[in-house]
Amino acid sequence: MYKIGVIGDYDSICAFGALGLDIYPCDSADDAETQLKKLADGNYGIIYITEQYIEKMPGLFEKYMERQTPAIIPIPSCKGSTGFGIGNVKKYVEQAVGSDIIFNDNN
Amino acid sequence: MAQLNVNPTRMELTRLKKSLATAIRGHKLLKDKRDELMRQFLDIVRENKALRENVEKRLSEANQYMAVAGSVMQREALASALLMPKQGVTLKIGTKNIMSVDIPTFEVKTKTDSKTDIYSYGFVNTSGDLDNAISIFSDILPDMLKLAEHEKSAQLLASEIEKTRRRVNALEYVMIPNYQDTIRYITMKLDEAERSNTTRLLKIKDMMIAENIEAK
Repeated sequence: MYKIGVIGDYDSICAFGALGLDIYPCDSADDAETQLKKLADGNYGIIYITEQYIEKMPGLFEKYMERQTPAIIPIPSCKGSTGFGIGNVKKYVEQAVGSDIIFNDNN
Repeated sequence: MAQLNVNPTRMELTRLKKSLATAIRGHKLLKDKRDELMRQFLDIVRENKALRENVEKRLSEANQYMAVAGSVMQREALASALLMPKQGVTLKIGTKNIMSVDIPTFEVKTKTDSKTDIYSYGFVNTSGDLDNAISIFSDILPDMLKLAEHEKSAQLLASEIEKTRRRVNALEYVMIPNYQDTIRYITMKLDEAERSNTTRLLKIKDMMIAENIEAK
């Protein structure tokens, strides 16, 4: 059985605790990085992490991208979205297709 | 013209012809794989985009409520309200196979079925905004799971497509032309040897006839 973890600053993620997800409040990106490593090697299938933190560790994010689990999903924090998450989706399209054909449609 | 470094022999020619046939077959198969992966990927990534936009919108909505709740209530009260969750979530991971890429599927199991169990606090000491925020969070949880599934699939498929595309291109633009050129080179070399052999025989025949005439 796997678990779902949430990493971020307390204000952004405290409500997820009420839903039964495991929350790991972190005060800094360094903190979040050690926490993420710990969870990723542990029994976690999905790790939601606020964009503000995951942005600062692109190497780690890419390392876990190749693995089947855990799925590391950036979520916006309470300060709003930085565009990192949606930018990633764009990156996948570029990687697969060669140029971005999904986001250009709508503009 | 690039050709492989091989001896122009008949045996080598047969071997190369066999390799070329395999390469062409592999190229066709990989091309089909790439096309199908691409089709699946585009479906998934479109949905991924829609889900992400929706989740981000709803999350910011919920965070607004949380901000209000946080300002109305004391920080400690808010923290203690959320301290002991009644609900628990476990995750079951299955795998789905798309063109030999293993894609995880997530299935979530909650500890209790009751919908009200997400409210882990009494309503007396807490702000109504907190209820709103929590209810939105619980509404988007299924979408967030789907988002996780789609995003992981998109990641895995994208890297697989990249790899497959590289293989297809290597076969199409390097391996197959190389084989074809080498086969042409060997065929020409063999034909040439054949011709020189024939002329030599003709020449020898002429010389022998001339010798015979002289001897008479």
